[in-house]
Amino acid sequence: MIRIDSVTKRYPDGTVAVDRLSLEIPDRSITVLVGPSGCGKTTTLRMINRMVEPTEGTILLDGQDIQRRPVTALRRSMGYVIQNAGLFQHRTIVDNIATVPRMLGWGKQKSRARAAELMERVGLDSALAKRYPYQLSGGQQQRVGVARALAADPPVLLMDEPFSAVDPVVRKGLQDELLRLQDELGKTIVFVTHDIDEAIKLGTTVAVLREGGRLAQYAPPAELLSAPADGFVEDFLGADRGIRRLSFFSSAALELTVDPVITADADAGRIAASGTPHLLVTDADGRPLGWAERREAAAGPVDTERLLPHGRPFVPGTDSLRAALDCAVLSPTGWAVAVDGTGRVTGVVSQATIAEAIRTAHTQSRAEAARQAGETGEPRDADAADRADKAEVAP
Amino acid sequence: MNVLTFVDAFFSDSAHWHGYDGIPQRLLEHVQYTLLALALAAAIGLPAGLLTGHTGRGGNAIAFIATAARALPSFGLLVLIVVTLGFGLLPVMIPLVVLAVPPILVTTYEAVRSVDPAPVDAARGMGMHESRILFQVELPVALPLILSGLRSAAIQIVSTATIAAYVSLGGLGRYIVDGLYQRDYEKVVGGATLVALLALATIAVFWAAGRLAVSPGVRRHRT
Repeated sequence: MIRIDSVTKRYPDGTVAVDRLSLEIPDRSITVLVGPSGCGKTTTLRMINRMVEPTEGTILLDGQDIQRRPVTALRRSMGYVIQNAGLFQHRTIVDNIATVPRMLGWGKQKSRARAAELMERVGLDSALAKRYPYQLSGGQQQRVGVARALAADPPVLLMDEPFSAVDPVVRKGLQDELLRLQDELGKTIVFVTHDIDEAIKLGTTVAVLREGGRLAQYAPPAELLSAPADGFVEDFLGADRGIRRLSFFSSAALELTVDPVITADADAGRIAASGTPHLLVTDADGRPLGWAERREAAAGPVDTERLLPHGRPFVPGTDSLRAALDCAVLSPTGWAVAVDGTGRVTGVVSQATIAEAIRTAHTQSRAEAARQAGETGEPRDADAADRADKAEVAP
Repeated sequence: MNVLTFVDAFFSDSAHWHGYDGIPQRLLEHVQYTLLALALAAAIGLPAGLLTGHTGRGGNAIAFIATAARALPSFGLLVLIVVTLGFGLLPVMIPLVVLAVPPILVTTYEAVRSVDPAPVDAARGMGMHESRILFQVELPVALPLILSGLRSAAIQIVSTATIAAYVSLGGLGRYIVDGLYQRDYEKVVGGATLVALLALATIAVFWAAGRLAVSPGVRRHRT
């Protein structure tokens, strides 16, 4: 555990970058520091590996003051990933990744073998090993940066806006990759970003900092969205926090109906039996083809060329309520299509049913929060279960 | 009579290819002066440039030294030193070194300063020692610029080392000084041509050194 204890960083010109900040960063979780520029998030991160020395206060790593450890030994026990990766352009990819093992005296063969292993782990083609950084895309370079930080298997990983400089599609890929890696490796990750969506997606716990380096709120993402501490946090979260909060509710409990689902060769009796104005037509395998008007479908064989598009379906249990609501809102009929992992229709659900599920989820989450507050006397802590929830229900 | 005739006459005279005043001997002397002066200048300029470039301190002092040293006339300095110290190799080396230190010092400083700060930050953050950061992160990336500073210093030394002949030493300057004195323009032009060729050879040597010493990752990155 990293314990930041009323740490202040004041520069000689009087600027206060971090103001009496206290945080407890739990092991094996992702703690995100988020806030506008000038909120001291990067300074805070850099105080953990002593790239910046605090003016006041102490930082404890597993109970020991980090000031008492030799600075190089401290840094070597923490992986460090920065924006634009900061790769060594004169070294090949494999040698970049092998940097820390080589510093620790592992020997060339062993270091390279470890580097090759890490390339695979972060999803880099082994053909890139002998390339130089300029030959890689921004996203690939950032993967190399992560691999380099993990090379000596440090328990702590410090990441300073690592994905800020890549385009949104690549960023999403890197974020998913980080969550997957974290499930495998269970590092203590401190992650700095200015992007609240990134913070909510990645964080087990999120520390929102405000200008002048003061802590505004320190809570798991779901709690941040449901109960922002003040106007600053609420503004920082943005206008659609209600919608985003749905990312944390599973769609598993949605009541699906198969009433309006018919196959393309369904007979008239089956069509007449359904009570909805639209029918979802599937092929013989059960994959969705599109929506048909009931009146038209009843008139004769379904013309699969003239169906309304069914939109992107969701997978109950895997996708969140947010994804289900999105499907329903985008669907021309107002009904969301649910499919199983192989893409076969398992049912459809209306906007009204989803709205009902949202109300139920809110009620349950309030009851849960009240129960936990009653048990511990304080808002619930980040724990492994929360992490697991999030991995399952990707926003 | 044009220059080419002089050049042709100088190089085809077999007397110029033998003995203590022969082209091989004078060329060897010239190369020795150049290498010695370059080594001395590099021994001063490189460490100072690397250190100031790495720490970022002393930039103003470097600019001052460079400007002051460039303002000194090499020939005037030579005469002054010979008057004070007498004849010998040392009086020749001092102006050459004074001439060569500024380009080495200034480009080395600038080369290290201009290294992308991100890899340096990453290296420091992963617990690399400062000396290792300088030699294994900054130097390889700064190398092409540092070599260009050494190259221009070397070329200046090659052309200025001719002044050694004024104080009774050898080198290719011998042909120019003696030729002027004897009004033997064939010799003057021949000597000047040799100096120019040696300067071109120096450029070639540094180009080859760059190909060998600079990492392909840095070379391609800069183009």
